[in-house]
Amino acid sequence: MFRNVAELVELAESQQMKIAEVMIRQEMEVTGRSREEIFAQMERNLQVMEQAVEKGLAGVSSHSGLTGGDAVLLQAYIQKGNFLSGETILDAVSKAVATNEVNAAMGTICATPTAGSAGVVPGTLFAIKEKLKPTREQMVEFLFTAGAFGFVIANNASISGAAGGCQAEVGSAAGMAAAALVEMAGGTPSQAAEAMAITLKNMLGLVCDPVAGLVEVPCVKRNAMGAANAMIAADMALAGVKSRIPCDEVIDAMFRIGQSMPLALKETAQGGLAATPTGRALEAKIFGVPLNERE
Amino acid sequence: MKYKSVFDIIGPIMIGPSSSHTAGAARIGRVARSLFGRKPKWAHISFYGSFAQTYKGHGTDVAIVGGLLDFDTFDERIKSSLEIAKQEGIDIIFRKEEAIPNHPNTARIRIGDEQGELELVGISIGGGKIEITELNGFELKLSGHHPAILVVHNDRYGTIASVANVLAKYAINIGHMEVSRKEKGKEALMTIEVDQNIDQSIIDELSSLPHIIQVTKIVD
Repeated sequence: MFRNVAELVELAESQQMKIAEVMIRQEMEVTGRSREEIFAQMERNLQVMEQAVEKGLAGVSSHSGLTGGDAVLLQAYIQKGNFLSGETILDAVSKAVATNEVNAAMGTICATPTAGSAGVVPGTLFAIKEKLKPTREQMVEFLFTAGAFGFVIANNASISGAAGGCQAEVGSAAGMAAAALVEMAGGTPSQAAEAMAITLKNMLGLVCDPVAGLVEVPCVKRNAMGAANAMIAADMALAGVKSRIPCDEVIDAMFRIGQSMPLALKETAQGGLAATPTGRALEAKIFGVPLNERE
Repeated sequence: MKYKSVFDIIGPIMIGPSSSHTAGAARIGRVARSLFGRKPKWAHISFYGSFAQTYKGHGTDVAIVGGLLDFDTFDERIKSSLEIAKQEGIDIIFRKEEAIPNHPNTARIRIGDEQGELELVGISIGGGKIEITELNGFELKLSGHHPAILVVHNDRYGTIASVANVLAKYAINIGHMEVSRKEKGKEALMTIEVDQNIDQSIIDELSSLPHIIQVTKIVD
């Protein structure tokens, strides 16, 4: 069983296996279930992700009215072809947004690793699908690779915004996505780890400050940027760029930053964007009275 | 390690918007329902920490009641659980607590009917994963990821061995076990997580052992 990223990479490289394969074998060992059963369960997760992306791209709106419709705007913008960045990255952004808009509307999603950060991994996966044309099996493997890196973060740091801030949620999701992108693009396990380190370094310190305590503002757009961050970091790692701080140490830094983060910035809707005049006004509009003045 | 399966990370499939505050809450409610073994007549639900601050925005109240109604994390009925509970005549009271809990996402549930009551404390540790930290005043750890049995018994020598012997006889492997008691010689609780599902006949056999008060099965 791997306990950290170094061990995960070592296992994969010494046995010349993909990270996905290491994860599948560990799952078989820990649960005693068959490869087919485990693979089928992950394929169901993939289906749910695909349906959520489709639903979001068709247009949804949340109960509060705070979010919805941005995925549609982005897709229309991409269609016009007059964009500044790139098509694949914008596609990833729009699909991440689509997923989180569905989540905010209390639709069905697959937590990756959490619901608030559920857009990043599928957003990047379904965007890169258009470019790399992977088989269905490779797409399922992408999720095992992302899961392997998330597994290390969850056990050595946290994937909870209430415990570690947004860096633990969208930060983790982006790191997981970056690593899986590298593997799908043909990079080595070491390069996957570099991509995760580069991504997570750029998410450190990100607070969890949802307006009105809803998983909407700024969560949806943080998923957008998490997806963009993952795509760029994956390209950097594939180019041969390395993180000076090893991936496991970045994860540890994330954990310690989360511990020292004030409670007001850990999913309590008491600080950050939630406490801005507009944040409070939106809260009052949704609940009748701001959260900080409620009984 | 807290997280053992890749599906703790990629999953669960769930109704939004929050894995910890919605899916986790639903799971805590469902464990309470499963332990109680029947639909309760009333429920008192207390929220602590981040749960107390943001439960309305995250639908934590709706989700926990969905769990009490035995709905899974992906059950669309979760969205209308408060109305469904009302129709089914379940009285529900929510309380927002000021006390600072050990974990930011903590809920205490008391449920009951004419025949009995149950009280548990659950925490939602991230990504939809939960732990039950207290049951009827006993401290315990229950991941909710393996079939488990809870055995309330008198604190007497040989009782634990007799339970383990019955499980061994049916080739049931114990993955995790904890024993706690309130006071020496009084009521005690065994929490046993196992790798195989346990038939009702085995539960009956365990219940008939000396010094055993109650055996409850929690299905995975």
